[in-house]
Amino acid sequence: MLSLFGNSLILISILTSILIVLKSILTLNNKASLISININNLITFQTSIIIVSFLTLVSAFIISDFSLITVYQNSHTLKPLIYKIAGSWGNHEGSLLMWIALMSLFSFLFFIKKNRYKREYFLFTLIAQTSLILLFLIFLIFSSNPFLKILPEPMEGLGLNPILQDPALAIHPPLLYIGFVGSSIYFSAAIGALMSNIDGADFAKSIKNWIKITWFFQTIGILAGSIWAYYELGWGGFWFWDPVENASLLPWFCMTALLHSVIVLEKKKQLFSWVLVLCLMTFCLTIAGTFLVRSGVLNSVHTFANDPQRGLFILIILSVTLITSFGVYFLKNKEENYNNSGINRETFIVTNNWFMMFYLLTVFLGTVYPIFTEVISDIKVSVGPPFYNTVIIPFVVIFLLFMGIGPNSKWGGKFINLKIFFLVLLAAIFINVILIYLLDTKSILFNLIFISSLFLIFYTLIDSIKSIRSKFLFRTPRIFAHLGFGLLVLFIGLNENFSKEFDINLKPGETKKIDNYEIIFDNLLFYKKSNYNVVAGNFTVMNNKSNDLKKFKPEIRIYKDPETLTFEASIKTNLLSDQYLTMSNIQSSDYYNIRFQEKPLMIWIWVSVIIMSLGGITRFYRSENNL
Amino acid sequence: MLTKKVKKKIILISLVFLFLSSAVYFLYFSLNKNLLYFKTPTDIFNSEDINVNKIFRVGGMVKKNSIIVNQEEVRFIITDFKNEISVSYKGVVPNLFSEEKGVIAEGSLKDKKFFIAKKILAKHDENYMPPELKNLIKE
Repeated sequence: MLSLFGNSLILISILTSILIVLKSILTLNNKASLISININNLITFQTSIIIVSFLTLVSAFIISDFSLITVYQNSHTLKPLIYKIAGSWGNHEGSLLMWIALMSLFSFLFFIKKNRYKREYFLFTLIAQTSLILLFLIFLIFSSNPFLKILPEPMEGLGLNPILQDPALAIHPPLLYIGFVGSSIYFSAAIGALMSNIDGADFAKSIKNWIKITWFFQTIGILAGSIWAYYELGWGGFWFWDPVENASLLPWFCMTALLHSVIVLEKKKQLFSWVLVLCLMTFCLTIAGTFLVRSGVLNSVHTFANDPQRGLFILIILSVTLITSFGVYFLKNKEENYNNSGINRETFIVTNNWFMMFYLLTVFLGTVYPIFTEVISDIKVSVGPPFYNTVIIPFVVIFLLFMGIGPNSKWGGKFINLKIFFLVLLAAIFINVILIYLLDTKSILFNLIFISSLFLIFYTLIDSIKSIRSKFLFRTPRIFAHLGFGLLVLFIGLNENFSKEFDINLKPGETKKIDNYEIIFDNLLFYKKSNYNVVAGNFTVMNNKSNDLKKFKPEIRIYKDPETLTFEASIKTNLLSDQYLTMSNIQSSDYYNIRFQEKPLMIWIWVSVIIMSLGGITRFYRSENNL
Repeated sequence: MLTKKVKKKIILISLVFLFLSSAVYFLYFSLNKNLLYFKTPTDIFNSEDINVNKIFRVGGMVKKNSIIVNQEEVRFIITDFKNEISVSYKGVVPNLFSEEKGVIAEGSLKDKKFFIAKKILAKHDENYMPPELKNLIKE
C-alpha cells in the first residue's frame, strides 16, 4: 500500500520537474511574457509532493511497515519511536529521499518571491535547480528506491545499528544535509547568473542569506557529529580526520570562503568570477563527498551499505554537474577587471580565501591520496592525523593573526591603528609567559597557537565594544564567528595539551594507582533493558591531590538486532573539565580494559562552535529587509 | 612594451603559480613523511632493515590462545599464517577484538619479532572488515 503510494508520488514529482523545466524554457523563449503564476504553482506542487513522499517513508518507519525493504533492513518494532523516525534517514535510500526533499524545499523558498529577481536570472536558476532535482530523482528511482517491496512480508525488521541509536546522531544527518543540500541553491543561482546578465552586486544580495543559513547548519551539523563521536565511539576524541569527517569539511571550507568573498562582491562589485567558482565548487564538493562516502571507495565510521552500482551513479551525477557547470562557466564568464592594490579589507578577505583553499587542498589530498596509491602502485597506505596536524596547525597560527587584523582595515583604504595591534599582541604574549611560568608548557607550537588565538579573541572583543558603542550592529555576525573560532582554537589547544589519558586492565575488585588517581573497580552488574542487555561496571576514582571522589558507571551494551556490542562511556562533566571512563571486555580473559581520561575545558569546545555558528544567523533578518 | 594591465596580470598569475607549487610541494613532502604503510607479518619478516622510529600498520589474524592480559597491557600475536609477530598494546581494544578475527595494529617495531602498538583499529560491526584485510583474506 505505502509502496504503491510512495512510488506514485516519486513518479508524479519526476513529471512535475520535467514540466517545470519545459515551462521555464518556453517562458524564456517568449521574451514578452512575464513569469506566469503557473510556474510558482508548479514549484509549490512539486515541493509538497516530494515532502509528502518523504513523510510517507517516515510513517512507514513509525508503523513498522516491513513490506518495504528499507524499513525491514533498518528498523525493528522494539525500537524507541525517535530512532524509528531517525531510522528513515539512517540509511542510503531514505537519506537520499531526504536530500531531494530538502533540495526542493530550498527551491520553493528561494523562488517564492519571484518578483525579487530579474526574469532571466530567475528562469535559468529555476531550470538548473529543477534539473538537479530531476537528476537525483532518477538516481533514486533506478538505484536507491526506498519504496521497494519485499515479498513475503517479514514479521520483524533487522534493526538499526545500535551505535547509531543516539540523539546527537539522530539529528546529525538532517542538520548536515540542510547545509549540504542548501548549497545546491547557490550552485543553481551561479548557473543562472552566468546565463543571464545579472549585476554582480544583485547576485551577491540574492544568495548571501542562503550562504549564511547553509553555513550555519553545516557548522552545527559537523558539531553534532563530533559530539556523537566523543561520547559514543568511546575513544574520548572528537575529531579523527576520518574520510567521512573530511568529506563534510571540504564543502565547509568552500562555504566559508564564499561567505567572505560574497561580501566583497556585494560591497565592491569585485571577485564576481571567483564567487561564481566557489558557488559551483561547494555543491560539486558536496556530491564528491557523497561519492567518497557512499561508494565504498573509502571505508570509515559510516557503515552505509556499499554498492558499486550506486557509486557509479553518483560518479555520473558528479561528472554531469562538474562538466556542465564549469562548461557553462568557461563559455559564459565575462572578463573581469580586478583592480585592487594596497592593504585594505578586500585584500584581507582574499587572504582568507587563500587560506581556505589551502586547507581545502590539504584535506582533499589527504583524503584521496590513499585511493591513488592503491590504484597506481598497489601500495596500501593511510593518511593519519599527523599529516593534517603538521600541515594545518602552523598555518592556523598565521591565519588567526590575519583574522584579528583583517576586520579592522577599511574598505579600499589602509590598515590603521598599529598601536592597538602591538598592544593586543603584547597582551597575548604576556599571558602566554604567565602560562609557561605556571604550567610549564614547552611545546612551541602550542604556545604559538595560544598567543595567536588570544590575539584574535582580544581583537574581536575590542571590536565588539567599539561596535556596541557606535551601534554598528552589522558587525555582530562577524564578531560571533571570529570570537567563536578564536575560542575554539584556544580550547582545543588547551584541551590537547593538558589532557591526561590512562589505559589499564583491571579485574572486578582490583585497584590501581596511577598518577594522582586511584581507580577502584568496585563490582560488575548485569541487567536487561528493553532492547539490549547491559554489563555495567561500578568504579570509584579518587583524586589523591584534591581528595575528590567520583563514581563512574560505564556500560557494555549487548544489542540483539543486529547483535552488536557498544561501549557507553561514563562522563562527568563540569565547567573546568570532563572525566571520562570507558570499560570494554577482552575476549578469553577476566580483565577489562579501562580507559580513564581527564579532558580539560571539553564543554567549551562545543560552546565555541555554537558561538561561531551564531555568526551565520544573527542579523539575518536585517539583511533580509535590506534586499 | 607591456601595458600596465598585462604586467599586473603576469604578476598575479606568477604569484598564484608560486603559491600553488609551493603549497603542493609542501603538502607532498609532509604527506610522504606521514603516510602510514600497511604491512603483513611476512613483509616485516622479509624486510632487510628495520627502523624502530617508523610508525606503520600491521594487519592479520589474532592467533588462537595468544591473548595475554595483565594490569598494564594486552599482548597477542598477529599471524598471516606464514609468519607471526608479537604485539604489546596499552589501551582499549575495540568492540570485536578477539582471537581468530582480523585486526590492524598501528605502532612501531621494537625488534623484528616484537611490535609496540599505539592503536588497535576499531571494527564497527561484524560485517566491517578493514579494506586492507579483505584482500589479504582473498589471497
